[in-house]
Amino acid sequence: MLNLRHIVKTFLRGTPNQMTALAELSLEMREGDFITVIGSNGAGKSTLLRIISGLIDPDSGRVELDGRDITREPVWRRAAVVGRIAQDPQESTCAVMTIAENLAMAAKRGQPRGLRRAVTPAAAERFRAALAQVGLGLEGRLETRVGTLSGGQRQAVALLMATLAHPRLLLLDEHLANLDPKTGEAVMQMTARLIEANRLATIMVTHNMQEAIRWGNRLVMMHEGRIILDVEGAAKAALTVQGLIDKFHEASRGDLIDDRMLLTR
Amino acid sequence: MSQLHALLTNMLEQGFLFSFLGLGVLLTFRFFRFPDLTAEGSYPLGGAVAATLLVNGMNPFLATALAVLAGAAAGMATALVHTKLRINNIISGIIVMTALYTVNLRVMGRANISLLSASSIVGEVATALQRLGIPAREDALLTIVVTAVLILFVGLALIAFLHTDLGLAIRATGENETMIRSLGVNTDTTKLIGLAISNGAIALSGALVAQNHGFADIGMGIGILVTGAAAVLIGEAIFGDRSIERWVISAVVGVLIYRLLVALALRVGFEPVDLRLITAALLLGALAVPQLRGRILRR
Repeated sequence: MLNLRHIVKTFLRGTPNQMTALAELSLEMREGDFITVIGSNGAGKSTLLRIISGLIDPDSGRVELDGRDITREPVWRRAAVVGRIAQDPQESTCAVMTIAENLAMAAKRGQPRGLRRAVTPAAAERFRAALAQVGLGLEGRLETRVGTLSGGQRQAVALLMATLAHPRLLLLDEHLANLDPKTGEAVMQMTARLIEANRLATIMVTHNMQEAIRWGNRLVMMHEGRIILDVEGAAKAALTVQGLIDKFHEASRGDLIDDRMLLTR
Repeated sequence: MSQLHALLTNMLEQGFLFSFLGLGVLLTFRFFRFPDLTAEGSYPLGGAVAATLLVNGMNPFLATALAVLAGAAAGMATALVHTKLRINNIISGIIVMTALYTVNLRVMGRANISLLSASSIVGEVATALQRLGIPAREDALLTIVVTAVLILFVGLALIAFLHTDLGLAIRATGENETMIRSLGVNTDTTKLIGLAISNGAIALSGALVAQNHGFADIGMGIGILVTGAAAVLIGEAIFGDRSIERWVISAVVGVLIYRLLVALALRVGFEPVDLRLITAALLLGALAVPQLRGRILRR
């Protein structure tokens, strides 16, 4: 469904700080794929997701969705098919607006917006039901401003916002990174449930190798803007953290796993 | 007693006339988070268009409506400069404001137009009431009633609008543009609509003030953005909260209080030439008081 062909992205080109984020990266994603992505800092993981969602343009290469070239489509045109959650809860929700208003905006994902009241009683009922499934006690707090919620609660709202209007593709950019382990686990369980229920094709960037092994049907390891490992199915199920570290050594040709790697066991 | 009466009458009359300015500035200053200097051109544009049409004998309601449309067009010009040419929003406002100075002179054909012998919205209402056998004159009281009805209508419409799907998208445009774009909103369009509404409302104040004061003048817009911002901030300092209803009400109340403070300043011996200094002081106060209050409370 999603096809990335030879994507190149360089930041600060022509300056001494020039950095190649993606170097001829290609990736083919099939219907129902749940890909976890790991890699060292600066490997280009976030850049990859930002290019797929249309937040930034690649220097060259093509992004195809269901055979359609969407490389130059602005982010708002892709919204109907792509939902993305960032690491920072501030980015994926609107702090000064209420939970209900945030969800109402998300419910209209990719649709024209007119002069109908956004939070109708029927919509509120729908939102309440969706929030109840999350199990964080948010269903009674539709009129609460999102800015007053905890990080985990905000990410939970962001998750509902990303999935409410059934996009084809869900992009998770270290969406658990700012949460404490317990909250992170709860949000991840909810993420998995929503992916399953909506049969969403998903790409999840994480710095946690165990999580990367545990979730999804396919694992991709990136290094310096390239994919250096791409395993799925039984081979992925057999992966271990030590195995991943060995593979990283092998594929990166002896680059040491130092603090640049920043992978959590 | 009669002094207080005169003071309150003045506050309500001038306050309601300027309240649309408060709503317009609220939209850009608070929701879009930038000081939109287009106001300095769209406010006199409203006055200029209304005045020119009125001296040519047009119906005051129609003339005022066209003034609002002219203001909306000015706001759209700023939005287009900002979004299509990717020029900073403040600079875009300054460019359009500067261009509007000439436009306003061209519209009026001279630097000011007297409206003393022309009809006005309040005059029309007075005539209509007289025809119904109700004794009414074009005075401060009737002006207050007419503008109060108008601001009630416009305020409620704005509140309802800001709760629609489109209204939510416009609010989010200023708060979290990346998010709302990721949800499928072309923020070029929401900015266009938001700035059109804002400057339409500001032009409405310009048109009403010109009719009330009996003239339109090329210089009537100088400092008007600061006036609007001061009013919005005064209202916020009192109401604080950020629900849409409270925000809209606080903008209107802010304008009323601003006018009261100005009237008081004139009464204690300041002269009209001191007005800008007073406005600046009020704005400074409205900005500084919440900060100082926070600092003192923390002790």
